Amino acid sequence: MAYTEEELKKELETKEYEYGFYTDIESDTFPKGLNEDIVIAISKKKEEPDWMTKWRLEAFRAWKEMEEPEWANVKYQKPDFQNISYYSAPNKKPKYDSLDEVDPELLDTFKKLGISVDEQKKLAGVAVDIVMDSVSVATTFKKTLAEKGIIFCSISEAIKEHPELVKKYLGTVVPQRDNFYAALNSAVFSDGSFCYIPKGVRCPMELSTYFRINQAGTGQFERTLVIAEEGSYVSYLEGCTAPMRDENQLHAAVVELIALDNAEIKYSTVQNWFPGNKEGKGGVYNFVTKRGLCEKHAKISWTQVETGSAVTWKYPSCILKGDYSIGEFYSIAVTNNFQQADTGTKMVHLGKNTKSTIISKGISAGQSQNSYRGLVQVNSRAENARNFSQCDSLLMGNRCGAHTFPYIEVKNKSAQIEHEATTSKIGEDQIFYCNQRGIDTEKAIALIVNGFSKEVLNKLPMEFAVEAQKLLEISLEGSVG
Amino acid sequence: MDLKEKLVSSFMAFEDGLDLDHPVHEERSSAIKNFETKGFPTKKDEAWKYTSLRGLEKIDFSIFPKHETTLEYKDVKKYFLHEIDTYKIVFVDGVYSSYLSETTHDGVDVCLMSSAFSKPMFKQVIEVYFNKAASKDESLTSLNTAFSKEGAYIYIPKNKMPKKPIQILHLATGKEPALMLQPRNLIVAEDNAEVQIIERHQSLTGNEVFTNSVTEIFAGKDAIVDYYKVQNDEPTASLVDNTYISQKDSSVVRVHTFSLGGKLIRNNLNFYQNGERIDSTLKGITILGDKQHVDHHTLVHHAQPNCESHQDYKGIFGDSSTGVFNGKIIVDKIAQKTDAFQQNNNILLSDKSTINSKPQLEIFADDVKCSHGCTIGQLDDEALFYLRSRGIPKKEAKALLMYAFANNVLESVRIPELKLRINKIIADKLGVRMGFDL
Repeated sequence: MAYTEEELKKELETKEYEYGFYTDIESDTFPKGLNEDIVIAISKKKEEPDWMTKWRLEAFRAWKEMEEPEWANVKYQKPDFQNISYYSAPNKKPKYDSLDEVDPELLDTFKKLGISVDEQKKLAGVAVDIVMDSVSVATTFKKTLAEKGIIFCSISEAIKEHPELVKKYLGTVVPQRDNFYAALNSAVFSDGSFCYIPKGVRCPMELSTYFRINQAGTGQFERTLVIAEEGSYVSYLEGCTAPMRDENQLHAAVVELIALDNAEIKYSTVQNWFPGNKEGKGGVYNFVTKRGLCEKHAKISWTQVETGSAVTWKYPSCILKGDYSIGEFYSIAVTNNFQQADTGTKMVHLGKNTKSTIISKGISAGQSQNSYRGLVQVNSRAENARNFSQCDSLLMGNRCGAHTFPYIEVKNKSAQIEHEATTSKIGEDQIFYCNQRGIDTEKAIALIVNGFSKEVLNKLPMEFAVEAQKLLEISLEGSVG
Repeated sequence: MDLKEKLVSSFMAFEDGLDLDHPVHEERSSAIKNFETKGFPTKKDEAWKYTSLRGLEKIDFSIFPKHETTLEYKDVKKYFLHEIDTYKIVFVDGVYSSYLSETTHDGVDVCLMSSAFSKPMFKQVIEVYFNKAASKDESLTSLNTAFSKEGAYIYIPKNKMPKKPIQILHLATGKEPALMLQPRNLIVAEDNAEVQIIERHQSLTGNEVFTNSVTEIFAGKDAIVDYYKVQNDEPTASLVDNTYISQKDSSVVRVHTFSLGGKLIRNNLNFYQNGERIDSTLKGITILGDKQHVDHHTLVHHAQPNCESHQDYKGIFGDSSTGVFNGKIIVDKIAQKTDAFQQNNNILLSDKSTINSKPQLEIFADDVKCSHGCTIGQLDDEALFYLRSRGIPKKEAKALLMYAFANNVLESVRIPELKLRINKIIADKLGVRMGFDL
């Protein structure tokens, strides 16, 4: 079947969210609203030590003083922070050793997502720390990892079991008062993942976590902390899908990465929160703070495929503190219908001979708005800093918008900075070229979009690339073969 | 009393000498209100993130010059492009100098805003064009509108072209220890008209000067306007240049900005394309040293289909100088087949110099070709070696490479004498004599 562009557009608009379903698990939910008592209660509930409670309260007090940022190129109804329940945990909280003990309803959910835990366990060799609404209920492959001295657990467990590590690193990359949402997260985060790779260890498998928002009206505040000791390596995967909802849901996560000398962290994200229906109703607000710190010769690489959320506000960043450190950012952001995305990265060059690469691909369809916002900053002492940035936007239809806001600030003469941005549509000549060779228009568009995103898709780990492809298909079905 | 209060309170005194029933006066009154509400922009404003006016606000500027000064032509000759015959509109401390000027009403009008405001024969043009392109929102533009009284008035009727280029020269004598100037220019080129204009601000002493200038340019169908801004002022002279350009079908407007000296220069260059098949060109060369600061803030608004815009800004920054480039391209939904290109290349010569660049695209139409490129780097060592191995001294070799770097901006200058002049200024700045012209 040959698609014309019109038909394709129509198909894109009418394509509904396939993964919208709701798992009925009894939840232990807090009353709506936020005050110091709630913060203390969350901390109590999680059986946290005193220093943690104090840390949360500090963050909460800072948050109260702060104002919600308005500089991003997105328009939305501001969430009412007093109308959100800040804690919800599945009722049954025993720790499972095997999958058989896990609530079958939960397993069913994952099956619908096409990521059944046992299958992954066997075939992909991926350890999955499942986060079902805030509390991690299953951790696999823990034993294998433990042999290598790798700690991979939920952050609340880490606070209890490894307080010295958490205390040392939590909030060092993203301080409590960093920004409005980071402060909120610091005060109320319910759970998240913690990962520690000891010196010189190469993590034998891809670590991955699945996040889901489940309880109606429950904001999700995840906190992730990854520490790679000297000379270690880890590849971390994070993926999200959320059930269909009518009211807007707030998601304000914080991810902190610490790569010590010669360490490497590869952090990949596939984000497919519910984007709202085709009238632009509902959908998740995704306000995320992600930042990594690189010491000498360290490398942090962010790869993201953003297809979901009604509003995305996300800038995975690298602070290149150590000499010879490397930061990378590869991103595909797809927006359709009424979605709005304001995403990009910050590369802060502090050390000498630091390098950074930014590849950002934006695809906008329907009436969506897709913005790239980036900062490349070269400090006066960062000799021989090198940056290459490329931001390409693809527009499908004339009701969407693509925006580029790159900030480049250089204070050192030896810096070499290149920035390129282009905006275009799928060329008629490109389609004609394909048609001429017997490839129909639908396939041609698929081919072109695929080629457009290839540079980023290639950076994803094998296990994830498949899923990323799948999500691109859902977001822009008909255009990806 | 800070500068804002001083300006607001002197508005009443300013009104005394004016015809308050003139329709323009309403614009002035609402403009001063806007300025009073907004005040000077601060670093908190996104558009002023990298440029601060705080230092200027602290200086006690005279708003109305007290003296009328006559200057001898021979003393200021070097600031004119005297190699060619031109019309001249010259202001000394904000006051028109008939002695140094050469105006005309022969087919085209090259004269003063003050006469355009007062004489009935210009009333219609003023009503149609005055303050129609300039922003009513931006506070510094409003400030200028409020005090708009004097400046250059150039009106080129249909199918006309002045016999020679026009020079606008603003001289500051330094009679006042600190002087604030607010020239207001209006340039209208009707359908199929053509005009070439060179503008320069020049302080004659080391006294503080702060110029907040607004220029409105209207290009009718098929009109061609070339506007050259020469900014090579004393290190105590600051300039905020707000230029608003409104173009109609098939018109061509080219603005070249040469920022080669001054304390603080801010160029707000705004193009509004209100027709089809329009061509807009924005080019600039910036070479700065010491603690100089230049901020190029450009906007090209593509509002109709089939238009083009070309931007090319080159910057070389030495010592503790700071350069800012903020280029914004907006492509409206209906502006299909837009071809917008923007380039900003910078060379940093010193570790104390800074460049902040923000090339920005906002695109709402799908069938467009928009791209921007931005680079920050240094002179190529291999190229330098190549030249030196052929016996060219290091200084000259460096100068040669910098020339080459800036060359394609100079290429499109259509007045050869001006090109030579700019060349000479650049050579002086780099401290070399080249044995050739570009």
